[in-house]
Amino acid sequence: MQGIEVLFMGNNMLRLLSGLWVTIRISLISIGFSLILGTLLGAVMTSKNPVVKAVCRVYLEIVRIMPQLVWLFVVFFGVTKLTGLNLGGETSAVIVFTIWGAAEMGDLVRGAFLAIPRHQFESSLSLGLSKTQMYVFIIFPQAIRGLIPNVINLSTRMIKTTALVSLIGVTEVLKVGKQIIDANRFEYPNAAIWVYAAIFFMYFLICFPLSMASRALTKKQQGGE
Amino acid sequence: MSEHIIDINNLVKHFGDNAVIDGISLSVSKGEVVVLIGPSGCGKSTLLRCLNGLEPIQGGTVTLHGEPVIHGDKSLYKVRQKIGMVFQSYDLFPHLTVLKNIMLSPIKVQKRDKAEVEAKARELLERVGLSDKADSYPSELSGGQKQRVAICRSLIMDPEIMLLDEITAALDPEMVHEVLNVVLDLAKNGTTMMIVTHEMAFAEAVADRVIFMDGGVIVEEGAPSEFFRNPKTERAQRFLKTFTYTK
Ligand SMILES: Nc1ncnc2c1ncn2[C@@H]1O[C@H](COP(=O)(O)OP(=O)(O)O)[C@@H](O)[C@H]1O
Ligand SMILES: [Mg+2]
Repeated sequence: MQGIEVLFMGNNMLRLLSGLWVTIRISLISIGFSLILGTLLGAVMTSKNPVVKAVCRVYLEIVRIMPQLVWLFVVFFGVTKLTGLNLGGETSAVIVFTIWGAAEMGDLVRGAFLAIPRHQFESSLSLGLSKTQMYVFIIFPQAIRGLIPNVINLSTRMIKTTALVSLIGVTEVLKVGKQIIDANRFEYPNAAIWVYAAIFFMYFLICFPLSMASRALTKKQQGGE
Repeated sequence: MSEHIIDINNLVKHFGDNAVIDGISLSVSKGEVVVLIGPSGCGKSTLLRCLNGLEPIQGGTVTLHGEPVIHGDKSLYKVRQKIGMVFQSYDLFPHLTVLKNIMLSPIKVQKRDKAEVEAKARELLERVGLSDKADSYPSELSGGQKQRVAICRSLIMDPEIMLLDEITAALDPEMVHEVLNVVLDLAKNGTTMMIVTHEMAFAEAVADRVIFMDGGVIVEEGAPSEFFRNPKTERAQRFLKTFTYTK
């Protein structure tokens, strides 16, 4: 018997796809919040106030130092224990990935603004542009161009890292895969390879176009600059 | 005395404890070309930056046609439209074509008619010998070409005065000429300018008046023939000597 049959048995494919949908849903919501909060955070991080700068820096470092898995446990189990509030796996996941994504996004936004030479601001003002016009026509377009490839890379990293949420009981694509493999362990011992291949292919379908786009944009900018 | 464009009266500018400009008074008349020279770090750039309100000042006044230039004030947006400034570094907007670089501010700031602005932009590009570069991006231009575009971008605003801060200092030697020729051409056509430069031969050719700054003050000023042949102060003599190569 071929393991590949397992993929098409019963509603297995549908289950995998709905697992994938959970992955995508957590990723999309987290990425969306991260974009918004990270942009705000990035704007705050460009502040010249040393206290504000230090607080942002500490936040970023704390988020980075702790593995995402630890964060997931802290939020999922810790919050429940402390407050008695049961957040549920998916909500916990979205919170953790947003905390992480916003921090990384903030750092990217900060970097994108700092990368713009001082003379771009001064030439804009010298030409009589108002501050708003300067940001709208000169600064934002340049910052965004520098930012897009990095944001795409961050998004693919976040999508891949969502696989961890199975460890706090969320049934995303990898978890579904394991369930299918376990259920067919005796009849189809080599099902695992096919299931994982299918999952690999699913991740690939999502992430590959993203990294291609990022690469193309980076290249275009290097050529056009 | 002809009409003054800019009046600087007892200007003082500090960076912390560092009095970079320590009481400078000077006026520039319509059509006049004033060249500002002095050792590196003596405050030439800072002086130009105070003139269009890029720097807050700690004392004295700057006026353009009698209107005060006040850092951080709303009136600055009006004032800056009348002062063209070109910096040493290439400061074209990298995400816009040459034509769009030039057209942005007359359209967005002065709200001028697009067709009129484009015609004027092309005319200016023609004048500096860059008609064929209208649709290029800054990255596709040489340093000398970029600076010529930057000059056009300021000129299209019809400024009362142009401030040029070492606009050839970052250029390869073979490109210096093409840029300086444009500036000489402007001078011939009566453009009022304040120019900071280390090109002494050019300074002598273009200036109506040379101002030698050091230690935050004007040490000496005069007609270029007088100043370069016959500097009166010891500091100016010493400064000019550094430009003559002797074995
Ligand atoms: N933003 C700044 N903050 C502190 N010091 C500055 C700043 N800009 C310039 N200076 C100082 O002011 C002095 C004059 O600088 P600048 O006007 O650039 O000189 P120049 O153009 O004549 O070479 C220098 O000593 C420089 O270090
Ligand atoms: Mg300077």
